This record gives sequence, structure tokens and C-alpha cells, in this order.
Amino acid sequence: MTLPDNWSELTPDERLQWRLDAWQNIPVEFASSEVAQAYRDRVQLYRDVLDLKKPATVPVAPWIGLLPFRFYGHTGKQAYYDYEIFKGDWFKFHEETRPDGLGLTLGVVPGKLFDILDYNLYTWPGHGTPEDTCYQYTEQEWMKGDEYAALIQDPGTYWQRTYLPRVFGAMEPFSMLPPWTDLVEIPFTAPFFAGFSAPPVKEMLKKLAEAGDAAMEWLQAAMAADGRCMAELGIPQTAGGATKAPYDTLGDTMRGTRGLMLDKFRQPENVKAAMERLVPQSIDWAVRSNNMTGNPIVFIPIHKGADGFMSDADFKELYWPTFKAVLLGLIEQGLVPWVFVEGSYNERLEVIADEDIPAHRMIWMFDATDMDRAKAVVGKRQCIGGNVPAALFAMGTPEEMDAYVKDLLGKTAQDGGFILSSGIVLDEADPAAYHAFMQAGRKYGK
Amino acid sequence: MSSGLKEAVIELREEDALRVTEEELKGGTDPLILINACREAMDVIGQRFADGQAFIPELIMAGEIMQGVTARLKPYLKADAAGEKLGTVVMCTVQGDIHDIGKDIVVTMLDIAGFEVIDLGVDVPVAKVVETVRDNNAQVLGLSGLLTVAFDSMRATVAAVDEAGLRADVKIMLGGAPVTDAVVDYAGADAWGKDAVAAVELAKQWAGGAS
Repeated sequence: MTLPDNWSELTPDERLQWRLDAWQNIPVEFASSEVAQAYRDRVQLYRDVLDLKKPATVPVAPWIGLLPFRFYGHTGKQAYYDYEIFKGDWFKFHEETRPDGLGLTLGVVPGKLFDILDYNLYTWPGHGTPEDTCYQYTEQEWMKGDEYAALIQDPGTYWQRTYLPRVFGAMEPFSMLPPWTDLVEIPFTAPFFAGFSAPPVKEMLKKLAEAGDAAMEWLQAAMAADGRCMAELGIPQTAGGATKAPYDTLGDTMRGTRGLMLDKFRQPENVKAAMERLVPQSIDWAVRSNNMTGNPIVFIPIHKGADGFMSDADFKELYWPTFKAVLLGLIEQGLVPWVFVEGSYNERLEVIADEDIPAHRMIWMFDATDMDRAKAVVGKRQCIGGNVPAALFAMGTPEEMDAYVKDLLGKTAQDGGFILSSGIVLDEADPAAYHAFMQAGRKYGK
Repeated sequence: MSSGLKEAVIELREEDALRVTEEELKGGTDPLILINACREAMDVIGQRFADGQAFIPELIMAGEIMQGVTARLKPYLKADAAGEKLGTVVMCTVQGDIHDIGKDIVVTMLDIAGFEVIDLGVDVPVAKVVETVRDNNAQVLGLSGLLTVAFDSMRATVAAVDEAGLRADVKIMLGGAPVTDAVVDYAGADAWGKDAVAAVELAKQWAGGAS
């Protein structure tokens, strides 16, 4: 997607409208004019709820993980390694269930790529976890407690020389190479490149090229899977980019939950400085991906600020300021943060309803949060959604599901500004409960 | 004199807690007095957690301080000097799930509360759980999981404990973000705890030491 020449002169509102128009008029060759219209109508649902208007029908956009593959008798391993199964089940699932947004293909990750890269940060089906599970994070201190100074001084170099060699076995030789920032003048160029003659570095470059091919093979499959759903079913992609809250970046895959919690007591100033350092790159990451895909929604899963994970005072002082800076940076660029709030956020609602964030500009998708309060506190300024529990999908009867959705929509969706979804990403569901969810969404969402 | 240690732990002043421990030991204080001071401090923090005044970071930091204190006490402790255990608890994250943070906090809190805790780690095969419960005559089994796939593993684990003829002798508690009453019914467990404090309460009710 190419931004208009006068982009820098546009206001954030003008940028948002431009991006929403581009999303609604995506250059896809639709199967028929009816499908094209269905696509535009679905995007209109999101435009309406974002603007806190009552949509033609409440958009139903569950978070989809391995569910399609389970539905058709395939394992997580098959989904991650066999792209014909990936594409086939993906289309069949969306054709059968007709949600208003596609699942995130980004979550159906390529196993072959991680085999090549020797990815230490996760296990995946057949590689550390059983074949019928999703990928899982290996919790440990991938960034050491005494490395804050290096991270704060230069995140790029820290990533290249310390973090990446640890989390990707194949990238270990990066630790032998000097920082790229050494390359500034002709006399220093030869010493820099001499490092590339080392056999382990040569081997690494070969592997990275292989990884590139594996990633491209998967990307083509993912684009084909989503492309077919858009072109034949008229279902838009739910998100066009992603980013994270700086506290989660540190806590999820760098210091680890425990490491960061201890840092809060042992070196609070370093934690704050590191988070501030991560704000610009958190914004830039999303802006680049969303500009490429042409979809203005930024998927932001948040984890470590949930109720119980820290005090209210810590949330206000530690978690929220840098996350808010990221949200404001995205909104400034006309993007729509779609925050996937895992766990419960009952204690945080007043904080995240922050009036510095312009109203009608973002979406909060909740999991186990009290939806009456979420509607009253956050829903008056921003679109909300989510909440249908994983346990109900896995073990509920169709009647229980129907009653839950009826109650949820009754209290949150009557005046608009609501997206019906699962509280968490669904790897499994009882098919009867899942169909009851979709049907109830249509029945009570009118 | 151990009130200095108790206060330092309650206020999560790590360096002070360790310094006071070393000073007390050098001064000849009985290490059991120091252990009791730590337990009293943990009771206060646990109560604050239950009251919504303290949170997971405070529990983890307190556990970390406790470990530091215990490491310094070890050379001064005789075997079994830590006193009678309340009972034996086997803990694990069930097969197919590798999430350990919640389970680890429960293990720490049970240990501090005075239980003998056997931590089997994560992604634990059903047979291993059954064998450990049997070999150790455990009174309580704690099964943890964050993924919905864990529901089936919990159910399979409970069924295997039952088949091994051990179900009448062991109470089974579940824990993890997606766990609800429905999961307890589905798995055939006895109860679930919403956090580590609740887990300790359950274990105390079942294995003794309930207040």
C-alpha cells in the first residue's frame, strides 16, 4: 500500500479515514459483485462499532488458533508443517462458519522455519510438545538481569549480538560479529567484514537463507489461505499488523515473568528506562506492517498487566505510561489498536479509559473482565468486545452458549460499539458449542 | 530476636532481610526462630494477597527472599530440624502444557506453609503422576494448566489415579487461568483454587493445619 504524498500534512483523523477507506476498498479480485459487497459490508460493521454506532449486525470475530484443524481431524503438527492442510482447513472452516473476520494466519506458524532456526524460545508440536498442541513459550531469563545497560544503550546491537544468539541456535555466530553501526567509513569496512569469513558465520548465513525460503513458502500459503477467504467468502482480515506493550516485550520473552517481577523491586529505574527505549520501535513495527498490508487494525496481545499481576499503583506507574505512548503513536498514524486483553482487567478499567486517548479510535477485546463495568467505564469512549470463555467453548452445551451470548449482547451491544468474540485464542471447541456461538451471535446481534 | 527479619521480609527489603539473617546467625540465634519469623512474614503477605493488598510480584519477591534466607540457614540446620510437615503434596503442570509460573508460585507457598512438596515440573505424563502419588502416599495432588488442552490431560490424570485405586486417599485440586467449576466436574477433581493462597487453604483443609 502506498501512502498519499501529502501524508505528513494529514491530521490523525484524516489518516484514519484514509486507511479505513483503503481497507474497505481493498484491491482484491472478488468472486462476484455480491461477495465484494459482503466484504465491504463487513468492513462497514467494524467502522460502525469503532465509531460507537449501532452496526447492521454485531460483528462476530472469534480468535482462531488450531480450531479449524481440530474440526477436520488434523493435528497441530500437520497445521504447522503441511501447507495444503493449512490452506484447505482454513478455507473450509471459514466457509462453514462465516465469521466477520478471518482468524490470524500468523498464529498458524511454520514448523519447518523453526527447525532451521533452532528456535529456543518456544516448543512446538512434535518439537518439545505433543503433536496435537499449539506452540508454547519456554519461560526463562533470555535477557539476563545485568544486561539492561546494554539494551538501553542500543537495542539493535543488543538484539543482534546478545539476544538473538541466545534465542535462535542458528544465530549464535551473530555474537562473533561487531555491531553494524561500526560501518561508517572506508578504512573500517574491511575489519568489519573479516568476521564474515569465519566458518560458523558462513554456515549461519546459509541457514538464514534457507530460513528465508521457508518463511516465504509459508507466507505464500498464508496469503493464499486468507486471499481465498476474502475473494470467495468476502471476509476481511481482522488485523494488518501487530505490536506489544513495552512491559510485555520485556516480561514475555526477554526477562521472563519472574525475572521482570523481581526487577521491579531490585532495579525499577532500569525497567522504566528500558520500556521507554522500546516505545519508538513498538510503534514503528506496527506502522511498517500495517502500511504493507493496507489493513489499519493493529493486533496487540497484552499479558503482564492483568489483575493480580501487579498492584494498581504499579500498573499506573510502570505498565500504562509506555503502553499509552505506543497507543497514542499508533493513533497519530491513523492506525486502530485492537488490544487483546488476556486475563481479567477489572482493576484497570478506569486507568485504560484514559481521556488523553481520543475517543472512537481503538478497540479493547476482553477475556475474563466484568463486561458490565467494561461497557460502563471503557465502552463509553472506545469499542469493546470479546469475553466468551474458553471453557464454555470446550465444555458448554449449545443451550449454555446461547444463554451466555444472549446475556452478553444484551448488556453490551444494544447501542453498538461491541464485537462478539472469544475471550482467548481458540485451539479447541466442541463443534456444537462453537456453532451455537455463531448462531447466537447472529440471532441476538441484530 | 527475629522481628527485624520478619519486618524486612514483609516489607520486601531483600538486602536487609539477608543481612539481618547473617547477623542473627553469627549472634547465635536458633535458625528455627528465623524460619518461624519468615513463616509469620509470609502469612502476613499471604493475607495481604488474599485481601487484594499484595499481588503476584510481591509473592514471588517474598519467595525469593525466603530462598535466600533458607540458603544462609542451611549450614546451621540439623536434618529434619524444620519440624513436622503438614502433609505431602504432589504438584505438576499436566501433560501437553509447559506453563509453570502459577504452579511454581503454588509450590513455593505450599513449601513455606510447611508441606512436603514434590514438584514434578511441566508436561508430566499421567503414569509419572500416579507413580509419585502412590510412592509418596500423597494426601494432595495439584494439577495445573493454562491451555484448554490441559482439561483433557487433567481428566486423564484423575482417571488414572482412580484406576490405580488411589483416588480415595488423595484429594485433587486444579489451578490455572481457564479453570472453573465446570473444569473440576469435567476432570473429576475435588476443587480448584483461583490463586496460590487458595491452593494452600485447600491443602490445609485436606491434609491438616487448617486454621
